[in-house]
Amino acid sequence: MKKPDIFNRMLEKRRQAALTARKGSGREAKSRVMIAMFCFCAFYVVIGGRLVQYGMADDQATASIPRADMLLASRPDLVDRNGEILATDIRTVSLYAEPRRIVDADEAIERLQTVLPDLDIRTTHRKLSSDSGFQWLRRQLTPKQQADIMALGIPGIGFRPEKRRFYPGGTTASHIVGHVNVDNRGIAGMEKYLDSQGLADLFDLGMTVDEEMEPVALSVDLRVQHIVRDELAAAMERYDAIAAGAVVLDIHTGEVIAMSSLPDYNPNIPSQALEKDRMNRMSAGTYEMGSTFKTFTTAMALDSGRVRMGDSFDASRPIRIGGHTISDFHGKHRVLSVPEIFIYSSNIGTAKMAEVVGVQGHQEFLTRLGLLTRMQTELPEVAMPLQPREWKQINSITISFGHGVTTTPLQTAVAAAALMNGGKLIQPTFLPRTEAEAMAHAVQVVNPQTSADMRELFRLNSLEGSGRRADVEGFRVGGKTGTAEKVVNGRYSSNVRFNAYLAAFPMDAPQYVVLVVIDEPKPEEGQHSATAGLNAAPTVSAIIRRSASLLGVQPKYGQDGSAMLVSY
Amino acid sequence: MVSRAERGLVADWFWTIDRVFLIAFVLLMALGFMLSFAASPAVAERIGLDSFYFVKRHAVFLLPTLVVMIGVSFLTPRQVRRAALFIFGLSTLLMVLALFIGVEVKGSRRWIALAGISIQPSEFMKPAFVILCAWLFSEHSRQPEIPGNLFAIILFVIISALLLAQPDLGQTVLVAAIWGGMFFMAGMPWFWIILFGVVGVGGILGAYTAFPHVQGRIDRFLTGEGDTYQVDTAREAIIRGDWFGRGPGEGTIKRILPDSHTDFIFAVAAEEFGIIFCMALVVIFAFIVLRGLSHASRERDDFTRLAISGLVLLIGLQSLINISVNLELAPAKGMTLPLISYGGSSMIAVAISVGFLLALTRRRPEKRSSERSLFGDFGFRVPAE
Repeated sequence: MKKPDIFNRMLEKRRQAALTARKGSGREAKSRVMIAMFCFCAFYVVIGGRLVQYGMADDQATASIPRADMLLASRPDLVDRNGEILATDIRTVSLYAEPRRIVDADEAIERLQTVLPDLDIRTTHRKLSSDSGFQWLRRQLTPKQQADIMALGIPGIGFRPEKRRFYPGGTTASHIVGHVNVDNRGIAGMEKYLDSQGLADLFDLGMTVDEEMEPVALSVDLRVQHIVRDELAAAMERYDAIAAGAVVLDIHTGEVIAMSSLPDYNPNIPSQALEKDRMNRMSAGTYEMGSTFKTFTTAMALDSGRVRMGDSFDASRPIRIGGHTISDFHGKHRVLSVPEIFIYSSNIGTAKMAEVVGVQGHQEFLTRLGLLTRMQTELPEVAMPLQPREWKQINSITISFGHGVTTTPLQTAVAAAALMNGGKLIQPTFLPRTEAEAMAHAVQVVNPQTSADMRELFRLNSLEGSGRRADVEGFRVGGKTGTAEKVVNGRYSSNVRFNAYLAAFPMDAPQYVVLVVIDEPKPEEGQHSATAGLNAAPTVSAIIRRSASLLGVQPKYGQDGSAMLVSY
Repeated sequence: MVSRAERGLVADWFWTIDRVFLIAFVLLMALGFMLSFAASPAVAERIGLDSFYFVKRHAVFLLPTLVVMIGVSFLTPRQVRRAALFIFGLSTLLMVLALFIGVEVKGSRRWIALAGISIQPSEFMKPAFVILCAWLFSEHSRQPEIPGNLFAIILFVIISALLLAQPDLGQTVLVAAIWGGMFFMAGMPWFWIILFGVVGVGGILGAYTAFPHVQGRIDRFLTGEGDTYQVDTAREAIIRGDWFGRGPGEGTIKRILPDSHTDFIFAVAAEEFGIIFCMALVVIFAFIVLRGLSHASRERDDFTRLAISGLVLLIGLQSLINISVNLELAPAKGMTLPLISYGGSSMIAVAISVGFLLALTRRRPEKRSSERSLFGDFGFRVPAE
């Protein structure tokens, strides 16, 4: 019975071994499960951490929505020199959508269209179905539109109160006042100037106010501005011109009383400003001013002391230089005195006067008058004049009668004002300025005698020369015509003209310079030509006739403006 | 209440089931139904259905889900194995059929229409696969002469091949991770574990180079560049929800979040109910996983221990992957949140997994060590026979 016992014991041993092994494997398995539990716990901790991280994060989904106070920020009203409103704020509401809250974009558009029929379906649909938190749908609604949209009850759209700039005068003073963009930032004219004077910085700093601000007065006289624009519009139509412009400048203070450039635009519809030819030609356009430049050549010659009013120049033969021939338009073919050269607008005579001063002196004189450098004024739209890189004799000759240099009409008027006011160059301004303030920064550019001579020549031209049609009885207008030939396809054309009349009044004690420019006028019916004396001069006359009394100029009647003492 | 003295089927079930476990699962199902109201109307409206189409279907599937879950939990381990074998055979057959007669959705053939319902056989395959692998691994350690491990490997290769053929890379990775986890927990030698680990990493690298869309997803996850619309929107929704949520029905980002009722329901939950609610959700899942694993660690029977571990891995890993994708912790992968996400037939499949889990964790005093559970002993001791 030993064998079975041994067998049994062996069997028992194996069973024991197997059991131990299984127990061991059980322990091992248990520790493996523990490891798995540990791994899971680690994952859950990571997830918990991430959730906490998200919980701490700021919701930035709405950061792009403009702040409400920005939209309600006030701009100061712009008023004219008499306190008439040129630009003001009105409260409106704008329509916006929160595309994420829009339930059905198609339905929303369909219903919005019942109130806003011109809503662009494609753009709006793209906006509404986008993944954004905020979209403008229509800025600056009318109260009626707001009420109607409100009544539609579309979820996900709303209104935001806003201030909108309104220009009661519409086109009247558009190029001076300028306009704002949809966010109420000035982007042209004096509106832009306001922003450049710290208003924009205030906006950016968020230091805007909701209340009304002190209005900003401009130098402009709305009444005169209207007359100027009205007469220009009439002239443009009458002479079939492509453009026209005019400025009325106070020669003692440099204030721009009125300035207009046609075609212009309505600042209440800012997109018009981008249309072709709507720019401000008076300050942002440069032109060869033509014979009006003879004013400066004559003043230069007289101011140099080498030419006197009584001197004469031979204008009987054309000047030939470098293959060019300079001749006169209204040729007298004889020796002309200085006043005769001026009133007959002799190219030959003027060129000879410039020759007396010399090329360098010529350039220096025009620079001194501010005609060759960029004008300093508040208006942002100011163009840079163009002059030859190097002045030669031929340049001086052509520039003496207004070709070869381009400058802006406004700075031509400013330089003329200096010749009228006793020789002081005053930078133009669109803000009110007293004479004392103007004098503080004025630069004496010609001596008072030259100024007196120029007044005499201006008046003479109006009485006997090309400017007869500019005269207004009682207001003693004087001036100089300019009929510049425009460059067409690289050559001066004899029938495409840029006309100007540079005038001042009243000539016994000038107060205002009036400059009218007419671009490409056509001959009037019954007229053979379209020179400045036939279109620019009558326009000046019309402007002065209507505005002189508003400008505080007393009418005087009698021989050449001298007081007439009559006793009955 | 059922008397403890009774020895009937229901009484037996009632006194032996892990009721805390059961409550956790039912709670998840209830929360899933609640979230369905938040997440699915937007999706339904987007595809032109009635707003509450998915909510209604969710409700309709809820009852069979509950019935299947409870019903399966009545099974004994032996019946579990048989049921698993049957389900596995059937679902594998359907998976093969799906490759040929299946409905192609978004470029893969995972669905098959049966009696008017489209089902995803791979969902049903997963719990059955877990049970079978547990059986094979445990047979190997009990009877070394049977090549259980080899069979388990062959089974895994077959299933992987079928899943890759669909192709469904996410499920492949999930099944591989579960199989690896079970292999690991079966107490296999480290040599083999490291070897399979290396093979697994190699497989992922292979997938990265072989499938352009996988490469794209992983690259986007790593660099944050490219079309990360879904995860970006999900993050935005969670951040917008903040700690306490926007309130029920107040979510707006959920409207533009694709798959908000399935893959991204977690983000919707965060937007409407807040991050704290999401944390609670994670805690419930963590509780299920850890309680399941603690059951496993006290289990003396190899098969039961491995099967519980595998089923816990299935539910745990799937929820981990889903939540990680929502939280931008893992590359975008469409995977539902078990018991929470809307999913029709897959809800039944999850119910089977849970039913198996409940069946196997039922108290069988003869097989359990006397150690106390990590989470306390909530069950009542059954008098020894």
